[in-house]
Amino acid sequence: MASENVTILSDENFSDTISEKGEPVLVDFWAEWCGPCKMIAPILDEIADEQAGSVRIAKLNVDDAPDTARQYEVMSIPTMILFKDGEPVKKIVGAKPKAAILGELAEYL
Amino acid sequence: MSEHVRNVVIVGSGPAGLTAAIYTSRASLEPLVLEGEPSSTSDQPGGQLMLTTDVENFPGFPDGIMGPELMMNFRSQAQRFGAEVQTVKVSKVDLSERPFKIWVGDPDAAEPTHLAHTMIVSTGAQSIMLGLPRETELIGHGLSTCATCDGFFFRDQEIAVVGGGDSALEEANFLSRFASKVYVVHRRDELRASQIMQDRAMSNPKIEFVWNARVVEYLGDSKLSGVKVESTVDGSISELPVTGLFIAIGHTPNTGLFTGQLDMKDNGYLLTEPGRTATNIPGVFASGDVQDDYYRQAITAAGSGCQAALEAERWLEDQD
Repeated sequence: MASENVTILSDENFSDTISEKGEPVLVDFWAEWCGPCKMIAPILDEIADEQAGSVRIAKLNVDDAPDTARQYEVMSIPTMILFKDGEPVKKIVGAKPKAAILGELAEYL
Repeated sequence: MSEHVRNVVIVGSGPAGLTAAIYTSRASLEPLVLEGEPSSTSDQPGGQLMLTTDVENFPGFPDGIMGPELMMNFRSQAQRFGAEVQTVKVSKVDLSERPFKIWVGDPDAAEPTHLAHTMIVSTGAQSIMLGLPRETELIGHGLSTCATCDGFFFRDQEIAVVGGGDSALEEANFLSRFASKVYVVHRRDELRASQIMQDRAMSNPKIEFVWNARVVEYLGDSKLSGVKVESTVDGSISELPVTGLFIAIGHTPNTGLFTGQLDMKDNGYLLTEPGRTATNIPGVFASGDVQDDYYRQAITAAGSGCQAALEAERWLEDQD
């Protein structure tokens, strides 16, 4: 069960969510058929709970939103993109341990 | 800190490690499984099946099952009997005396993280890369080791697979669902793959073979725009204008932790007693792809995980 602090994105609410003022939004591009995506899902849930207020975690299923995935040149999943005021500032490609993900985000939080 | 000595510590969580966990937990040995950390290569929790889609040859699933789902089932079955699973990567082991010492995190820490009476090594194998310049930075930007994860993003594009074995042809067939064309680049003029996979690939109109060729250079700046291919016959160079390249040239066993401690074959796979999983160190057993350079199937890995569990169980009984 996903954390309550994780926002589920669709093509409809994508731009509004990433453009909101306040904390940066980390979008996880994932799909049901991707094994490594399943491995990092619980890690992102933990980050969503522990870092609530400093980063917002959101998930976009690429099957439902292939155009958005293409727009941000997602060519491999899982890919995580950190958005600040609507602009992508950091792209993390591939499943990684929690400490590594937090390490890559550190300078933006 | 090591609070107590575990009966069994299992390193790795593919079919071998988790089958060993099912058997040792049912035998009330309270195994600890150190399953590894998430990554996008075959070196990850759940093992190589996490990077596949339909598994059609695992007995008991007449309609097939998705690789990740099968591995989640293995995991919950082990946990049901009390196996403890930790999502961490082992950084060092010391098998020179008993109990065995296992470090997670800082390998230079004075105290080991865990102590174990027996260890089952099921660390599996991972994909070999080509070793060309800029390989790491292009992964996820056109270069991939996971066709099932990334194939989707190459819809209507021309891509290539490197390799000539079953995995290469399986990937090529899978990728042909999305791509407009799939080149299979192979360094020889015949395939190592099984007849059924060859037949499937040869009759697939989207698959074209590039024989006697090897990839020597990745083209493109921030993402892949093509590859340079060299003929293994006359050395001539040509370019393939592909936006995606999938590497399936084989696997190498994950044995780095055990160098200088466990005996290995010349090809790097762990050496076990013939027909058994016992290694050169009493109390350490090896199962799955890390010791299997011949079958390399989920079912044989699971079978050897069961062997390792039974051997560990009997070994512990003999110590009492």
